Amino acid sequence: MSSARMSNTTVRDDDLASLEAGLDALEAGPEERKDRGRRLLSAAWPPVVAIALLLGIWELAYRAGVKPTYALPSPADVGLQLVDQLRDGTLLEAMGVSLSRGGLGFLVALAIGTPLGLLIARVRPVRRGIGPLVSGLQSLPSVAWVPAAIIFFGIGNTAIYAVVLLGAVPSIANGMVSGIDQVPPLYSRVGRVLGARGWDTARFVLLPAALPGYVGGLRQGWAFSWRSLMAAELIVKSPELGTGLGQLLEEGRFLQDMSLVFAGILGILVVGIAVELLLFAPLERRVLRRRGLLLATR
Amino acid sequence: MTLTSSDLAAPAVVRAAGPAVRIAGASKRFGAGPLVLDDISLDVAQGEFVCLLGASGCGKSTLLNLVADLDVPSSGTVEVPGGSAALMFQEPALFPWLTAAQNVELALRLRGAGKKERRERARDLLGLVRLQDAVDKRPHELSGGMRQRVAMARALAQDSHVLLMDEPFAALDAITRDVLHEELVRIRQSQALTVVFVTHNVREAVRLGDRVVLLSSRPGRVAKEYDVRIDHPRRIESPEVARLSVEITGDLRDEIRRHGTAA
Repeated sequence: MSSARMSNTTVRDDDLASLEAGLDALEAGPEERKDRGRRLLSAAWPPVVAIALLLGIWELAYRAGVKPTYALPSPADVGLQLVDQLRDGTLLEAMGVSLSRGGLGFLVALAIGTPLGLLIARVRPVRRGIGPLVSGLQSLPSVAWVPAAIIFFGIGNTAIYAVVLLGAVPSIANGMVSGIDQVPPLYSRVGRVLGARGWDTARFVLLPAALPGYVGGLRQGWAFSWRSLMAAELIVKSPELGTGLGQLLEEGRFLQDMSLVFAGILGILVVGIAVELLLFAPLERRVLRRRGLLLATR
Repeated sequence: MTLTSSDLAAPAVVRAAGPAVRIAGASKRFGAGPLVLDDISLDVAQGEFVCLLGASGCGKSTLLNLVADLDVPSSGTVEVPGGSAALMFQEPALFPWLTAAQNVELALRLRGAGKKERRERARDLLGLVRLQDAVDKRPHELSGGMRQRVAMARALAQDSHVLLMDEPFAALDAITRDVLHEELVRIRQSQALTVVFVTHNVREAVRLGDRVVLLSSRPGRVAKEYDVRIDHPRRIESPEVARLSVEITGDLRDEIRRHGTAA
């Protein structure tokens, strides 16, 4: 059918190679770099100013005597109380207890939420059946589960973990579902063309493609774990359970010790922010950057 | 008829008697919709480069999907006697979480190639499309033309002797496209590939093809065929390419005009 002849093209080949190299170099462009120190500095000053302003307003309200001192202590008093709590180890111990509960609860939620999300995303009857339920559960405040957990499991760690799981599993499952739903159909087609079927499609195409959404779900799952844990600790309280941050708060309320309450709140914030900044933010950034979904300048 | 890794340098396509792709009376209709392809019969010889040309609605991509075994014809048969065909899309469709080399390796892995073989083969194939310096780059770090070359290396990694291309250069700028035309002709020659190339660019079809098949639209039918008797190396701006392009464009316009008067 074809009658076109191919002539010897060695010389032209070198020509083409150099042409192509030039084109690649032009199109790839120079790599961008930005001063790390300056970036940190420009990121750091706005929150510092915001916190200073907040403390200033607090101090003013204290001096104006908006509330009696036991209800509104001065920032300095709370600071001193915080230092005391840190020194005698109460606060750190409470942070440790809560963090280990939160961490363990989160890991179990991960082990349940991930396959659950996968099932909802890929099996149609499962999606129809429990998909709406699982996304609906996300809008249910986990504190609503506490009475039920106490009646069912009694006062104890099981009740606390049950509340944490009920809070975190739906987030993680939903993250998985939305991650998979957002996979471009073209990827599945490419997978098929390359010969992927069944489990290979999930392993080499769907799961890696769903990773950004999944990581977003993990991040939210952690936030829900942490919140649910505080709700549970606040109510589920007994001497043999150990004092977590929630229990510390409740103790502060019982003693009418506002400084202790503030110290507890700060402890909760610090742990929440630290896990976010040290674990989830870098993880998400890494996933996005590898895929070129994050601009270098940010 | 599959190629093994050692064939990369000197491919030994088994010259079987008979065509590399055989389409016999294939029709396609989606559900109760209108006929998309109507009784298409087309044989593509071993090592031949066929360009399918047509306006919108001629079912070019549907036809490729049939050959790629992503879909089945409503009637008639579509066969690739040598096994399966590799397919390249208009978008490079590389996986963004993998490097260039890993993208190519995945194709090999899904075919069951071992680790060492995968690594070497991916390097060789990326070298073939002259991206040996970009093996560890991720898709977003590459230009559009480079990505499409990685996609070509990935398609070649499937070891099909038939390469189907669905407007693979349509989204590229003219300069890059010109370079990739030359690249494709070179690779097709060195790998002794059979190529079925879908385009709506007449000059591109003439620049690349041994044969140009003009399809009519709604439903897609084979309207006319042209043997391209122009020696390689060809250039898209050469008078020979232009001359045949003028003739085909005239016929293509007549085809399109029919739809305006029919409606």
